[in-house]
Amino acid sequence: MSNDTLRDLSQLGIVRRFGVPRIPLLRRYAPGQPLLDGPALVGTVGAARCAEQVRGLLKDAGVAEAGEEGKVAAAVLDATGARTLDDLAAAREFLTPAVRRLAPSGRLLVLGPEPDPADADVEAAAVAQALEGIVRSAGKEVRAGATANLLVVAPDAAADSPLRFFLSARSAYVDGQVVRIGPPAGVAGDADPSLAGRVAVVTGAARGIGAAIADTLARDGAAVVAVDVPAAGEALARVANRIGGTALQLDITAPDAADRLLAHVRDRHGHLDVVVHNAGITRDKLLANMDADRWDAVLAVNLRAQLAINDALLGADVLGDSARVVCISSTSGIAGNRGQANYAASKAGVIGMVRALAPRLAGRGATINAVAPGFIETEMTGKMPLGTREAGRRINSLRQGGLPVDVAETVAWLAQAGSGGVNGQVVRVCGQSMLGA
Amino acid sequence: MPETRRKAAVIGGNRIPFARANGAYARASNLDMLTATLDGLAARFGLAGQRLGEVAGGAVLKHSRDRDLTREAVLGSTLSPYTPAYDVQQACGTGLETVVLVANKIALGQVESGVAAGVDTASDAPVALNDDLRRVLMALNGAKTLGARIAALRGLRPGQIVPEIPRNAEPRTGLSMGEHAARTALEWQVAREEQDELTVASHRNLAAAYDRGFFDDLVTPYLGLTRDQNLRSDSSVEKLAKLKPVFGKGDDATMTAGNSTPLTDGASAVLLGSDEWATEHRLPVLAHVVDAETAAVDFVHGSDGLLTAPVYAVPRLLERNGLTLQDFDFYEIHEAFASTVLATLKAWEDPAFAKERLGLDTPLGSIDRAKLNVAGSSLATGHPFAATGGRIVATLAKLLHEKGAPARGLISICAAGGQGVVAILEAG
Repeated sequence: MSNDTLRDLSQLGIVRRFGVPRIPLLRRYAPGQPLLDGPALVGTVGAARCAEQVRGLLKDAGVAEAGEEGKVAAAVLDATGARTLDDLAAAREFLTPAVRRLAPSGRLLVLGPEPDPADADVEAAAVAQALEGIVRSAGKEVRAGATANLLVVAPDAAADSPLRFFLSARSAYVDGQVVRIGPPAGVAGDADPSLAGRVAVVTGAARGIGAAIADTLARDGAAVVAVDVPAAGEALARVANRIGGTALQLDITAPDAADRLLAHVRDRHGHLDVVVHNAGITRDKLLANMDADRWDAVLAVNLRAQLAINDALLGADVLGDSARVVCISSTSGIAGNRGQANYAASKAGVIGMVRALAPRLAGRGATINAVAPGFIETEMTGKMPLGTREAGRRINSLRQGGLPVDVAETVAWLAQAGSGGVNGQVVRVCGQSMLGA
Repeated sequence: MPETRRKAAVIGGNRIPFARANGAYARASNLDMLTATLDGLAARFGLAGQRLGEVAGGAVLKHSRDRDLTREAVLGSTLSPYTPAYDVQQACGTGLETVVLVANKIALGQVESGVAAGVDTASDAPVALNDDLRRVLMALNGAKTLGARIAALRGLRPGQIVPEIPRNAEPRTGLSMGEHAARTALEWQVAREEQDELTVASHRNLAAAYDRGFFDDLVTPYLGLTRDQNLRSDSSVEKLAKLKPVFGKGDDATMTAGNSTPLTDGASAVLLGSDEWATEHRLPVLAHVVDAETAAVDFVHGSDGLLTAPVYAVPRLLERNGLTLQDFDFYEIHEAFASTVLATLKAWEDPAFAKERLGLDTPLGSIDRAKLNVAGSSLATGHPFAATGGRIVATLAKLLHEKGAPARGLISICAAGGQGVVAILEAG
């Protein structure tokens, strides 16, 4: 039994006879699992640029190409050549039967063109944007845990790692997203999803999403430095010992926190490849009643500390060749949330920071991205009143809350050396929540 | 085996916050606390699943079930089960003695790494069967016939229901440690005010050390406790002056519950290794163990105080190392009682004592009090007997590391049974 009782009950036929829809059990990643559970359908419109790469990737992963009939585990449409409304109609022609054939936890993945601002072709720009409308609607229509996402593929993009992620079970709760893929930052990374040999720092790692991130990075081979406030040390030690990492008790808001963090990493490991800014707090109050203490505390942990550590990282010589910084934002930062002006400010601020730093990090072969979780089942949501919790869980296309591991899988993907083509992006892990859509 | 002796490195330490007896750890056993402390150490230094040379540990108050307590703690921890362990017991000197033992094995090249640990609980103390009752039951157990069993049972008496409770008293004098210390305080004319001042300094220094994050990599919270439960950062001489004396008699009584350490629960561990082992594992060397000395005094028949053995141990240690008492940047003198620290310092300053008792032409002299217990000591942290040595070694090692070479520190720990363990550490 999970803590989502309604989902568990909805698996029973007798419960569904009372009109309760089946809430899908999502296919989630386990090491050694095949990329897809069944064949994949690949289609193209216009002068498609990526179809051969997609077919090659599927073949390498042992995924058969689907025939004319039967369920498909994934449908991939390469629409990178779409420029006209006729192309768009062709896309519809591929997608309509494809959506019908999608298996449970199937993947609908559309690759779209990146509109060129210098291009005078207004119709092409409209068509590129239209693909977002198609994918976001499809996300709301596909059933049984299937997802729909759009990859906007720039010329010479490093698409392998994003393709794998969005096709695999790692992206179980990532739905209705649009992610831009560009050329790789620095040297083209290995497409190997392993994090072996990489050193990762995870803040707020003692519990919840942070602990799941530490677990997942370690599972994929990273040496993890688990960071949390000294008061959380007991839980932090358990996480560190479980994953064979190390625990660093550190208040990231202390003036010398960045120096202590970098000194620790330099002494113990010599280099740093992955930084996950996960530590965050809430001090909710309506804006009308918001005091300076609540405001300052939230901004200090959720944003100021990230700014300071990033600043120190850029000034230090400790970053590896394909460094990856991943910042945990929130759908509250995108949509806003009643009683969370401070929290939303910090989490929206994180997105602004990520976009501003992306070009600077790209110059060093590094990337920085934001991951914005929606409703994730944690200790914190477990304490919410039942009504609020149920509403939070159901108002998304997958009709359930995500798990900490869903956020962690997304972080682990962005942490890969091969994910250098994804930079300055905000990936929501929200099951296509209606909040901040 | 290496030909030359090498100095063992102090790599770091871990302890749980110390709790007042029957406080936060009232339901935790020695095994629970020691295991948690080893796990915290493993997490800090990435030792999960690693085989270490050895773990030496111990407790003063032990249940009979705590046979090979340290080995059991290792088995319950994330350290490799291939790490051997043994128990040590030398009253309040236990913790420092385990450091000396492991450091010596490293110095000799017998092991490359090891953990020295100590734990004690006054809350989960080993209350035992009444001794008379125990004899009856042993006789019953040994009886072979029904008649013999009945005869054995005839030994049962109502009074045997009263259990054996461990007492904080010397078996040979019947006096509590506090009463012994009060005698010494009187002998050296240690004033109440001096004791209270030392107590306030201990609390203030400990609070300041916590506030500056000094203990962030020395302490791991346990059972909801994040700082030492005995710590009173608002302690003052005025407040302490209001307390009534609890040891000593009449107007001469100066020792109160404030300037004496309370019964405490807690555990500590220190990670030691050779420099090569530390380098190989990319671990820091905070300090080196230079030398150590243990002394004992005749407090039963002689004129020595119970807790004065360090007074003898330190001159011997200094002489062997060609040092004077003033050659140190930090002094860590265990605060069993404020009066013990002050009496120790007075003894080292006293020309007559130097000549008659220590056999020295001149006394060791005084120390710069600004260098004494600068991150707080037992009066503020509390004193879980066997855990105090590890607390002090890790604290001093970090202080020395912060100051940098060639900083040097002296540790002095008095112990029941008229014993004392002292050691010198230098910055790594």
